[in-house]
Amino acid sequence: MDKRTTAAEIVAELRDGMTLGIGGWGSRRKPMALVREILRSPVRDLTVVTYGGPDVGLLCAAGKLRRVVYGFVSLDSIPLEPHFRQARQAGSIEAVELDEGMFQWGLYAASLRLPFLPTRAGLGSDVMKVLPWLRTVRSPYQDGEELLAVPALPVDVAIVHMNRADVRGNAQFLGPDLYFDDLLLGAAKRRFVSCERLIPTEELTREGSFLTLRIHRGMVDGVVETPHGAHFTECPPDYGRDEAFQTEYATAARDPEAWKAFEQRWLALDSEAEYQRAVAARANGSLQ
Amino acid sequence: MSGATRAEVCAVAIAEAFRDDGEILVSPIGNLPQIGARLARLSFAPEILMTDGVAFLVADVQPLGAPSGPSIVEGYMPYRAVFDTVWSGRRHVMMGASQIDRFGNQNISCIGEFQKPKAQLLGMRGAPGNTINHTTSYWIPNHSKQVFVPKVDVVSGVGYDRAAALGPKASRFHEIRRVVSNLAVFDFETPDHAMRLRSLHPGTSVDEVLAQTGFPLVVPASVPATREPSDEELRLIRERIDPKGLRDREVRS
Repeated sequence: MDKRTTAAEIVAELRDGMTLGIGGWGSRRKPMALVREILRSPVRDLTVVTYGGPDVGLLCAAGKLRRVVYGFVSLDSIPLEPHFRQARQAGSIEAVELDEGMFQWGLYAASLRLPFLPTRAGLGSDVMKVLPWLRTVRSPYQDGEELLAVPALPVDVAIVHMNRADVRGNAQFLGPDLYFDDLLLGAAKRRFVSCERLIPTEELTREGSFLTLRIHRGMVDGVVETPHGAHFTECPPDYGRDEAFQTEYATAARDPEAWKAFEQRWLALDSEAEYQRAVAARANGSLQ
Repeated sequence: MSGATRAEVCAVAIAEAFRDDGEILVSPIGNLPQIGARLARLSFAPEILMTDGVAFLVADVQPLGAPSGPSIVEGYMPYRAVFDTVWSGRRHVMMGASQIDRFGNQNISCIGEFQKPKAQLLGMRGAPGNTINHTTSYWIPNHSKQVFVPKVDVVSGVGYDRAAALGPKASRFHEIRRVVSNLAVFDFETPDHAMRLRSLHPGTSVDEVLAQTGFPLVVPASVPATREPSDEELRLIRERIDPKGLRDREVRS
């Protein structure tokens, strides 16, 4: 039951055209080490399903995406994701833009093996117009109410980043919100967790209350330790968002030359270890 | 009281939108909505529930952008619980709008054609679900014809005409209570729920509002002035809620 694996092995499961679910929310607790590994791989034409942040932006900038399924894409402290905007405005990606509650319902339906779940969210809005394949369903009971049938959003591979995990794939969030990471794993055929620190199972309940143990080993196929692996998104209580880095990222995105330089400096590195060394050196430099 | 800035008048108008909401979740998005909701809570609406913007319901009111210490947590409200609250209807949100039309349709998705927009914005976010499930208000700090448009490019938040087209069953929880801008306050208390000028902030005129609005506005024969802050409200805003003066950066007098 030792499910330890590597970022490279996880990314090797991806095939062109697959649907990839990415955990976290905006610029919060994103599995960025795994996203960076995808950037180093040849995989392309992915559909990404996520409450989007810089994961979507980086994959857009690298031309990895064919379609994005999202309720929003934002860097939180910087409201608009620059690379995602450019991709949308160039018409280079297909947008499946849902209400963020509908998005949850889609993951939940997939995790329960249901074809859809009903809701009022989306009715009357242009979600129904821009996604003309969405259907409504009538309540079979006396009320006869017509509701939006949110289709299940199954994904081929899901990746989430957690604070702690054990080698068997029991995983723990120590920050304020699990977001919808459990539903995303439930919606996936293959399920992977990266974590800040692998610890012995018996230490999990010493790190946090049993309420933080929302992802158990039956929900996980592989686990990898990627310290600082959510950088530059936040991963509390281990670390906050690297706002200076995020600002550099967003600023570089505005200018092709600056972006080329940013790519050279941060994304063309051969490994996550090199990236983390460069990030640490940058932080030390800014302290001096 | 004289000496209130435009931003402070806006803060009171926003607070008034939450009057009589009862013990429900109030979600003010943006600095001025935050100030207004905190003012409501410290004065005439102590019962409203508010979060710290992360995942906790807080029992105290902290200065905006300058917390004086850890908040007093009275409950847990991660996003999943927020969505449950949205769908239960026990919430009043005040959102922004990149565009809004005369029936209160709101756009925060994109400008231009959806398939290849001129400008991608946030995305639908929670606007469709919010508007069809519970009371919604809007805050618009830059009242102009670019925002108050005849027709929004994408309907994120559902307006009254769209809600009516769904029929009484699907639209029974829909309510757009108020639109507060830097110039005036608006509501939809008209026979066809077209937007109506409710009150004018001191220093603005009907002509100025009409000149900055891209659709026919319902203007009553007599338009009252937006209520000015009381001495106590000014004290709360200036000393307790927004000592850093973020309000005056969002709305200039």
